[in-house]
Amino acid sequence: MTVLDTAVDPAAGSTEDPAARARDLLGVSRLTDTSLTRWLHALPGVDQVGAEARAASLGTRSIKTTSKAWAIDLAISMIDLTTLEGADTPGKVRGLATRALTPDPADLTTPSPAAVCVYGDMVPFAREVLGHSGVRIAAVATAFPSGRASMPVKLADTRDAVAAGADEIDMVIDRGAFLAGHYRQVFDEIAAVKAACRRPDGTSARLKVIMETGELVTYDNVRRASWLSMLAGGDFIKTSTGKISPAATLPVTLIMLEAVRDWREVTGQQLGVKPAGGIRTSKDAIKFLVAVNEVAGPEWLDNHWFRFGASSLLNDLILQRQRLAIGAYSGSDYVPDDAPSLY
Amino acid sequence: MSPHVEVRKTYKLYIGGKFPRSESGRSYAVHAAPSRAGRPGSFLANAAAGSRKDARDAVVAARGAFPTWAGATAYNRGQVLYRVAEVMQGRAAQFADEVAAAEGLTPARARATVEAAIDRWVWYAGWSDKLAQILGGLNPVAGPYFDISAPEPTGVVAVLAPQRSSLLGLVSVVAPVVVSGNTAVVVASQDRPLPAVTLTECLATSDVPGGVVNVITGRTAEIAPWLASHRDVNAIDLAGAAGADGVVWGDLEGAAAENLKRVLRPAGNGAEAVEPDWTATPDLSRMTAFLETKTVWHPKGR
Repeated sequence: MTVLDTAVDPAAGSTEDPAARARDLLGVSRLTDTSLTRWLHALPGVDQVGAEARAASLGTRSIKTTSKAWAIDLAISMIDLTTLEGADTPGKVRGLATRALTPDPADLTTPSPAAVCVYGDMVPFAREVLGHSGVRIAAVATAFPSGRASMPVKLADTRDAVAAGADEIDMVIDRGAFLAGHYRQVFDEIAAVKAACRRPDGTSARLKVIMETGELVTYDNVRRASWLSMLAGGDFIKTSTGKISPAATLPVTLIMLEAVRDWREVTGQQLGVKPAGGIRTSKDAIKFLVAVNEVAGPEWLDNHWFRFGASSLLNDLILQRQRLAIGAYSGSDYVPDDAPSLY
Repeated sequence: MSPHVEVRKTYKLYIGGKFPRSESGRSYAVHAAPSRAGRPGSFLANAAAGSRKDARDAVVAARGAFPTWAGATAYNRGQVLYRVAEVMQGRAAQFADEVAAAEGLTPARARATVEAAIDRWVWYAGWSDKLAQILGGLNPVAGPYFDISAPEPTGVVAVLAPQRSSLLGLVSVVAPVVVSGNTAVVVASQDRPLPAVTLTECLATSDVPGGVVNVITGRTAEIAPWLASHRDVNAIDLAGAAGADGVVWGDLEGAAAENLKRVLRPAGNGAEAVEPDWTATPDLSRMTAFLETKTVWHPKGR
């Protein structure tokens, strides 16, 4: 296998060298596939039936009235409003960004989503509309969604998006390498992309690491990939690209929430979680919020630490918000139609 | 062999082509009509007591089914509805028993009512591919244009089914709504819901796509206001507001005004609202109440 020697950009400085930190954590003198395997495979196995039962039981909580209103606003503020289609046009991206600024024109108290999530080449069009509004721009990079490209291409993709003004980078891991057991390679790629997120002024775009849990097959793998991503310096661990089904299920998110919780125990560092794909209704979103609160803790109930990667979820949350405001069920005539135009 | 123990049916709702229990988990007892001598009717069954959330789910199902049903050819819709009549015919004996129990009719009268209901369904089904000829047309306009008008379905229609006529009345309000391509959320007669439940079984086993007709059983006064105020409902038929406990149909019409729903009022005024005589041969009014007119201008040239 190949191990990239340039895993860490020397310019990034040694104080934040993830490899050094990893060696410390693992208690080894050299970070190798073997040492990583020993560490990751020593993580406790996931009780599949238990995880699914716990997720199901968290999903039965009843959230009503004022709590529901609060949860709906929180969920809206946590959305990464996403469009990742081959058919994305500058106009569609501008429309999405406008939507993020004013999610419900009929009710200006509606909070804005946390970010819009687009392909790297669309970042300038989103920035045009968003300016310094506080709505961030996330760009997918590293040969999203498959991640099948050479390392220089992935790094160039990342630098491009950062240079275009992306506040956050959503990278995909090389699932092939992960499944083949080449953990060092996955580690190095994440660390290198993290280094590529650095801007000339020394600040850094936040890095979300997409593990594509639908391709990892087992919950044990989800747990290992989560720990590996955190070890390599990801700021967020994210479930999916949204291009593969199953995407963000509640049990998978539960396991990732446990991982960030335990990571903070071990290192004192708080990291974020982003389920993406397949979360379409307010009911689903509130189930995830319950899981965040119960598993990770209330410190994660903030859009700095938890995000939803979604597109149609926003409309459903707004319908629910309108329902609470007007006391009658609202309908699709009262929210923008996000469907691609036929013209 | 041990003696047969009668298997009692658990009555459920009909939403999106499926038979779910009420989201609320509630049910209520359905009794036969009181006897002539005034003795209370015997217990018939427990029916699901639908809630506002069931109504909401039904509207979602109806909205989802609308594009396909409205987009089907008129001929196809007619064929599907004829098929429903075939299935109803096969269940005529069951319908007759249920109508007799619900409305306190003699077996002969009940049979006649069921036959009239099936005839009514067929009568409306026949209109599917004829409405456009009768209601549409080529308009003479002062300009070099072909100007063509054609009827289009209104959308999702909430239907309060008649409280007294449990099958003939039900068919007389549901068939005219769906024949033109609307989808329906029907609140069944509160005290006489069983023929409506059997009709849903006919719909489920014919070729009607799931969601085109959705039936909620339960208290009309509880469910109707939520449908009347629902902004994703385009029209409401208030036939079943006449004689329903605790329902003031004027309030429903007021709530419906919020999103400019089309409203079909019950017959009679105010508290005097009554059910019409369902045995009379209908006219087109129940169909035209839930139609829009699409007009197309096309340049004719010289």
